[in-house]
Amino acid sequence: MKPVFHMTEEQTMLSDMLSRLLSQPTEDPWRRFADQGVIGALFTEKHGGYAGSGSDLAVVFEQIGRAADTTPLIDCALLPGYLMAEAGYDLAPLINGEQHYAVAHTEAHAHYDLHGVETIFSNGTLNGEKSVVIGADSAQQILITARDGDNIAIYLVNADSPGIRYNHYELTHGGHGADLLLSQVPATPLAGNAIAALEKAWAAALVAQCADTLGAMEIASQMTRDYLMTREQFGRPLSSFQALAHRITDIMLAIEQARSAVLLAAAHLNNTPKERDKHGAACKNLMGRMGRLVAEECIQLHGGIGMTDEYALGNYGKRIIMADHRFGDTDYHLERFIAFTSESSSAMQP
Amino acid sequence: MTSPDSDTQFRHDVREFLQKELPDELANRVRLHQSLKKHDYEYWHSRLNARGWLAPNWPEKFGGAEWNPLQRHIFEEECALAFAPRAVPFGVAMLGPVLQKFGSPAQQNYWLPRILSGEDWWCQGYSEPGAGSDLAALNTRADRRHTHYVVNGQKTWTTFGQHANMIFCLVRTDLSAKKQEGISFLLIDMNSPGVEVRPIRLIDKTVEVNEVWFNNVEVPVDNLVGEENKGWTYAKYLLTHERTNIAGVGFSRAGLDSVKRIAASVRDGKRPLLENPHFAARVAQVEIDLMAMSMTNLRLITNATAGQAPGLESSLLKIKGTQIKQEITDLARRAIGPMALPFESESIEGSNMGLPDPFDAGAVTAHYFNNRKLSIFGGSNEIQREIYSKGILRK
Ligand SMILES: Cc1cc2nc3c(=O)[nH]c(=O)nc-3n(C[C@H](O)[C@H](O)[C@H](O)COP(=O)(O)OP(=O)(O)OC[C@H]3O[C@@H](n4cnc5c(N)ncnc54)[C@H](O)[C@@H]3O)c2cc1C
Repeated sequence: MKPVFHMTEEQTMLSDMLSRLLSQPTEDPWRRFADQGVIGALFTEKHGGYAGSGSDLAVVFEQIGRAADTTPLIDCALLPGYLMAEAGYDLAPLINGEQHYAVAHTEAHAHYDLHGVETIFSNGTLNGEKSVVIGADSAQQILITARDGDNIAIYLVNADSPGIRYNHYELTHGGHGADLLLSQVPATPLAGNAIAALEKAWAAALVAQCADTLGAMEIASQMTRDYLMTREQFGRPLSSFQALAHRITDIMLAIEQARSAVLLAAAHLNNTPKERDKHGAACKNLMGRMGRLVAEECIQLHGGIGMTDEYALGNYGKRIIMADHRFGDTDYHLERFIAFTSESSSAMQP
Repeated sequence: MTSPDSDTQFRHDVREFLQKELPDELANRVRLHQSLKKHDYEYWHSRLNARGWLAPNWPEKFGGAEWNPLQRHIFEEECALAFAPRAVPFGVAMLGPVLQKFGSPAQQNYWLPRILSGEDWWCQGYSEPGAGSDLAALNTRADRRHTHYVVNGQKTWTTFGQHANMIFCLVRTDLSAKKQEGISFLLIDMNSPGVEVRPIRLIDKTVEVNEVWFNNVEVPVDNLVGEENKGWTYAKYLLTHERTNIAGVGFSRAGLDSVKRIAASVRDGKRPLLENPHFAARVAQVEIDLMAMSMTNLRLITNATAGQAPGLESSLLKIKGTQIKQEITDLARRAIGPMALPFESESIEGSNMGLPDPFDAGAVTAHYFNNRKLSIFGGSNEIQREIYSKGILRK
């Protein structure tokens, strides 16, 4: 599992294409992603895509993060794609953009516990509450996790089923989410081992999320560097104050570390579940810590302007911090990492 | 210093007052970090004023409570723990002391009672786009024409400028003098022709700061405080007052209590989040820092003679106080987990009639982002380090 330091030719093309694409406005971002093959890049040939490795995901989502794009690619393409592929579904309608999906798993009281599901499946219907379902506003079908007796399973339901009530809202860093109240929603279970599928999907989403955060951190740090070099106080550029120069150094160091953590997690995405998850946990913990440092320091070094809604930096700051609230936070993954490494003596193996 | 007995009695009096005067509904909105309306502040000011407690720092002869630093500390702490609204500082805590020290008797007689009665709502016009940390670089100019100054320029980051009818400004009155020496301290009526207030939306989408533009605004020379071109001295005096009580121990105590309450009701899969060793360690460390800072604060304020603002140490209190407050907002966002993601502007504005909010998660994330300001304003934490280190390293 050697981490790839350099992008392949295909990845460079994909990255350049995305960067161009994201710099142009569009009326229908989902259609554009589908038409330009961006959704297909998230999946392997076996599942109807054409890329789909950990490092391919990293390439795509770093660009998404740099552009601060709010199209819910992770929630409405990557996650449902992984879950449905595990259950043997054909991903063509997802990849060509015909069908929109969302995933309803999180429950308010469960914190980040993947098993924290209290929504119940019985007599062919679902009852319960789901929180922060991203992209629920445009989904035609929703994948919902629920408990059938002791087992967790995944159910596919029509988004317009009469038993679903939605409470829609904006997300802190932009984009759309909703809480779902489910009562007597007719549902059919997906085949296969739901927990294994969820873990696999979450591992991929984690790599994507961390690459996204890395991209956002890069832009935030570039903006901060440029600002220090142009903003003058006391008759000199801020960059000439040593106290600030040292802090931009720490920011850049954090980003180098973040890039390495993402490369490692990406390289291990197809490793055994244990190695995959150990590196995923390491990456997400490091991103949580480095992300906080970068977001807070970039705002601080900007002074008042960094606090404004109008100036783009604030939004990058929110994107970076909010990433800590997805797929397990800094502490959650620290605990996981400790569990993985305390049972094996070779935590340092690359 | 007052005796321990009278402190206990004093604390008791403050609690009794809060119990009687602070409506639960208002305290609840403060607790949930909902942004308060102008009339909320006005209401609370009037309650405090009726009791003679609106101006803890003022001498009695000006209508103040003339409390010693320890009493002020107790008062601030009790108010924060009860989730009382903060008294808006610009009139009482900032302008008041400047007028009392440098204003003419006529100015004192006119302006001070109006601060207490709430007739005037003041805001602070110091910062400009080009003059933040380097305040003396300010460019807003006031040209004297017989009985008036004519003011032109722009202030920014003006907190509550949208509510205020008066602004105290630093303006340049001598363009040829050295930076600090050509500045004057001017009181400007915001309803004068040529004043324009434009809101600035912050990252939490709230409007608390504004740009204030001056276009040939006429200001009577009677509104000059002290002497022309001596404004920098007054500004520095004001800033030392701005920084008293900066540690905000009470606010941090209250914030930490909220975090614990949230973390006790959230489960991380195995146990209440408050018992999660990683989260518990974070909370404990902040609590340990806060216990020590509370002591540091008490030591420093009892050392300072009654009525006087602490000196260099206030920079240390500003740094540690804001670090702790920011850390607490960070704990709160961690505690609510995935529920940090929804941005519900209604809950910040205080009219959320939607679904129940089990952890009071509503404005927690917005509050975390909003409180990034604490280390930026009131003399940024970098500038405090400059002030302090220059103070002790100068031979
Ligand atoms: C929410 C909010 C409310 C405010 N309310 C008011 C108000 O009511 N009235 C008012 O007049 N002002 C107000 N301010 C303005 C505030 O005082 C300024 O933001 C502050 O002085 C910093 O100035 P700046 O934003 O221009 O940042 P800059 O001065 O440009 O600073 C940018 C960064 O550089 C650092 N820095 C600057 N100089 C040095 C140095 N020599 N050494 C090391 N580091 C340095 C700063 O610490 C900061 O991190 C408010 C600001 C905010 C954010």
